[in-house]
Amino acid sequence: METFAANLLNGLSWGMLLFLISVGLTTVFGVLGVLNFAHGSFFMLGAYLCMQIMHIVPSFWVGIIIGPLLVAGLGVIIEKVLLRRVYDRDISFQLLLTFAILLVLDDSVRLIWGPGYHVVEAPVILAGTIPFFSHSYPVYRIFLVIIGPIIGLSLWSFFHFTRWGKVVRAAAVDREMAEGIGIRVPLLFTLVFAFGTWLAALGGALAAPHQSLAPAMGERIIIESFIVVVIGGMGSFPGAFVGALLLGLLDSFGTSFAGRAQMALPFILLAVVLLFRPQGFFGREV
Amino acid sequence: MKNLDGRSKNSCVLYFLLFAIMAAAPFVLPIYWLIILTEIVIMGFFAMSFNLLFGSTGLLSFGQAGFFGVGAYCTALLIQNGVESLTLILAAAVFGAVLAAVVIGFLCVRRDEIYFAMITLGFGMMLYTIAHNWIEVTGGSDGLPLSSLPAVKFMGLELSLYDPRWMYLFCLVVVSLGLMLLWRLARSPFGLVLTAVRENKERLAFVGADVRRVRLSSFTIAGGLAGLAGGLFALFNNMATPDFMHWSFSSRPILMTVLGGSGIFFGPALGAAIFFILEQMITQVTENWMIFLGVFLIPVVIFFPRGILGTIVEIAKRRRES
Repeated sequence: METFAANLLNGLSWGMLLFLISVGLTTVFGVLGVLNFAHGSFFMLGAYLCMQIMHIVPSFWVGIIIGPLLVAGLGVIIEKVLLRRVYDRDISFQLLLTFAILLVLDDSVRLIWGPGYHVVEAPVILAGTIPFFSHSYPVYRIFLVIIGPIIGLSLWSFFHFTRWGKVVRAAAVDREMAEGIGIRVPLLFTLVFAFGTWLAALGGALAAPHQSLAPAMGERIIIESFIVVVIGGMGSFPGAFVGALLLGLLDSFGTSFAGRAQMALPFILLAVVLLFRPQGFFGREV
Repeated sequence: MKNLDGRSKNSCVLYFLLFAIMAAAPFVLPIYWLIILTEIVIMGFFAMSFNLLFGSTGLLSFGQAGFFGVGAYCTALLIQNGVESLTLILAAAVFGAVLAAVVIGFLCVRRDEIYFAMITLGFGMMLYTIAHNWIEVTGGSDGLPLSSLPAVKFMGLELSLYDPRWMYLFCLVVVSLGLMLLWRLARSPFGLVLTAVRENKERLAFVGADVRRVRLSSFTIAGGLAGLAGGLFALFNNMATPDFMHWSFSSRPILMTVLGGSGIFFGPALGAAIFFILEQMITQVTENWMIFLGVFLIPVVIFFPRGILGTIVEIAKRRRES
């Protein structure tokens, strides 16, 4: 019972981070039509900038607010200077451009902060552990399990109930029609891309006290979030949620029933979904 | 038709000349550059096998290193178990990669475009994970060292592959045979069907072709040839490691193809040459050469989508027409 509960919480906390990344990925794809390979790098940059800011102002909360905003600013520049030029190109060239951005960002992080590990301390209220059955459990992970659905729910209500959210969804459905009724689509594209990078960086900053920072941290999350959006259905909000939770739980429970083969479980899940429902759980067409 | 025959005869002569120049390299180049040229030949072939999928069929795979690695591990395992015939070893490398490509391809060709890129990336990393974790067979992250390199037996001679010059010539001959197959394939009816998949898969389906099966065939052939390149690379490096299967390794043939030009037969090979020469020049100054690669790649993607060789050929064509 105790291991079950611990596995459940571990899986949920990783799933929540995965969800934040996947939802940014899927929103940017839904509106701009670009699959952003560098999304994991923005996640990593969020974590590193949060750490860097905490060296100047020793507060996690300042870091988590300012870090992702800086990354979003970088997102604005990248969209305006680079991405904008390839919207009408073949999809593989868009992919290659974001891949080139990934190369630059990942190696820059290695250049600036070095190849070693860094640790970010959780804020005092969330530090330490609470008693958990006969053992103890880190408070920060419980915080992640709670904050995840809150962010998810606020995003969902933003997209469904606010004017701006509706504008974004309209542009995702039909770009030309949105332009025709007076939505400034180029501005919207910049904002949506910045929003996506902000979400990724927020996920990174939230992940910082949860895991150690290393230049490879973007890599694991981008591969897993690719799997999430394929099995959930690209462009689908509930798909990203279900897919992320499923992968998170598979990650934590997998060790107990699959042992060392646990690393292969996400790919087996991907294969099964592709065989029986190639468009993903919530995907519309193939 | 006559004109076409004349042109293909011309290009045959041209390719033979290219082979002759390449074969003369060991007598001219210093050993250091010969070793780099060997790597260019192997990786150029890897990039050209990838381009059968990307340039001809229009599928961007981010997982080719998986099949490359399967070929490398097959080679290392056979040599560790005392197999001496290089033909048998390389045939096994191709066979192993084909097997992996059929199973993985069967799943991947269900989706295309970005989904295909994401799924191939995932399954490529699955192969990496297996190589990394199945320590009993693959030696884990340390990789499998090759206990000895078998000698090439040719017309009664025994040529040691420990000599970089024989290693280079051996790779050149095997790669040339592989390229002949690729060249034939691109000009066969099957090659035309591949182009049709890239250009308009719906129309192809209407005229009665099974798009999935065509894609799977292309994926399997590209995977098998990647396995051959991987087998050569294991001989060249004296070992097989999981790094050969990592997605950053999968990105190499993609970058080479984009640099050189995907629309031209030898474009990816030229891209490989540019890639390694750039790497040599930049790593003498700094370790972080990926930044430079990225900065170099961005303008190529935005302004020269046909790649360097492709852009040159296009300019030459325009000159001739005007």
